[in-house]
Amino acid sequence: MADLEEPGLEHLGLEPLHEELGGKMVPFAGYRMPVQYPEGVLKEHLHTRAAAGLFDVSHMGQVILRPKGSMEELKLAFEALMPVDVLGLGEGRQRYGLFTNDGGGILDDLMFTNRGDHLYVVVNAACKAADIAHMTAGMPGVSVEPVTDRALLALQGPGAEAALEAVVPGVAAMRFMDHRMFGDIWVSRSGYTGEDGFEVSVPEAQADGFARRLLAQPGVAAIGLGARDSLRLEAGLCLYGHDIDTSTSPVEANLVWAIQKARKAGGAREGGFPGAARILKELAEGPERLRVGLRPEGRAPMREGVELFAEDGTPVGKVTSGGFGPSVNAPIATGYVARAHASIGTTLLGEVRSKRLPVTVAEMPFQPTTYKR
Amino acid sequence: MKYTKEHEWLRVEGDLVVVGITEHAATQLGDVVFVELPETETQVAEGDEVCVIESVKAASDILAPIDGEVVAVNQKLVDNPGLVNEDPTGAAWFFKLKVDDLSVLDQFMDEDEYQELIG
Repeated sequence: MADLEEPGLEHLGLEPLHEELGGKMVPFAGYRMPVQYPEGVLKEHLHTRAAAGLFDVSHMGQVILRPKGSMEELKLAFEALMPVDVLGLGEGRQRYGLFTNDGGGILDDLMFTNRGDHLYVVVNAACKAADIAHMTAGMPGVSVEPVTDRALLALQGPGAEAALEAVVPGVAAMRFMDHRMFGDIWVSRSGYTGEDGFEVSVPEAQADGFARRLLAQPGVAAIGLGARDSLRLEAGLCLYGHDIDTSTSPVEANLVWAIQKARKAGGAREGGFPGAARILKELAEGPERLRVGLRPEGRAPMREGVELFAEDGTPVGKVTSGGFGPSVNAPIATGYVARAHASIGTTLLGEVRSKRLPVTVAEMPFQPTTYKR
Repeated sequence: MKYTKEHEWLRVEGDLVVVGITEHAATQLGDVVFVELPETETQVAEGDEVCVIESVKAASDILAPIDGEVVAVNQKLVDNPGLVNEDPTGAAWFFKLKVDDLSVLDQFMDEDEYQELIG
């Protein structure tokens, strides 16, 4: 096991609560985080889909973007960093975004929210410092303000609405990707498990009490990052640094849904983002490779790094995330495959312990999503 | 019952040695979702990788603790890998080895020594 006292590892505010609940703390993206509780990854995963799971995601980066000029200038400056429609996002609404580089690769994926006179952004923990530098350098007319005094909790699953409504009355009226501020409590109806649920930003001083009130609601259990990973994989969602990185474009990553019409060829604000040449070309002609869902035919999981071959033995790609899907009760994976081999239903071979085992290109998500649209 | 540094337990059953993993090992692995067993009538040498265990977290191997012939495997684990977590030292045995001389087990830890190892 990794040394938990390794220098530079940051401790977050809810650590005493995790330890009290028996959480197994591990280093994750520079933070000491609970990977699982005594129930274990499998039961925590199933609990989230059956009732409600409370996740501490305080390691993620919360950032406020405030205009020095007009709000429209801010939105356009933010659009210059992403192939995403920022201008068209209404007040109180959240959207998924991607920072791209000049080569069309992905620097990070993120969520951003229009809060009327500013934008609120949540980025990945491992990319936080680089993202803040990137936004600061790329948007001189914008004040980039890291939020360092707040915890971030995700409450996910069919029981999430009733549980959060009991603690923050009014949230039940929100729809998927709505964002509202209830005093000091910032609530988004979103998450990363494929379930209906919420992400809640809470001032650090209130976070422990707030988390305990949620845990006291019927059906709510603390869930670790291990189950968060299997939940997001079943939902077909990307993990930055594994499924997407600076070498993968949004089109290859099957994230075309995140690029709105306004930024595509013929749109009102076509192009004008880093890597536009490659991304627009791939949108028009199709990418050379595509991230697909993969279902191994046997019971052996195909994990990150497993090489994929066509049935004639030609190398065609690689698994970027894989494991066992507790809700689908079978191994599942995602990875990049040459386009000629990327159609749903194609049989490929994955090399596991020197044996080539059959695996089928499959639809994602593996588990139906239950967002409250 | 005897124990190896690799967190396997060894139990003598007639002239056979039954091999499984300890409760400590099962807990550390997490929920087991896949087990691959050796063929029976296979000769194995100490240190050979004879089984694969995949948990929700990672894949790991079971090594042959001693030389011998695999004479039986526990097919139940293939159908129900979760048995490894439910009953690691009982129903979830992995394989049985036929060995020339059972005194080969003397080199391994007893219960007290193993408990000391895992602290």
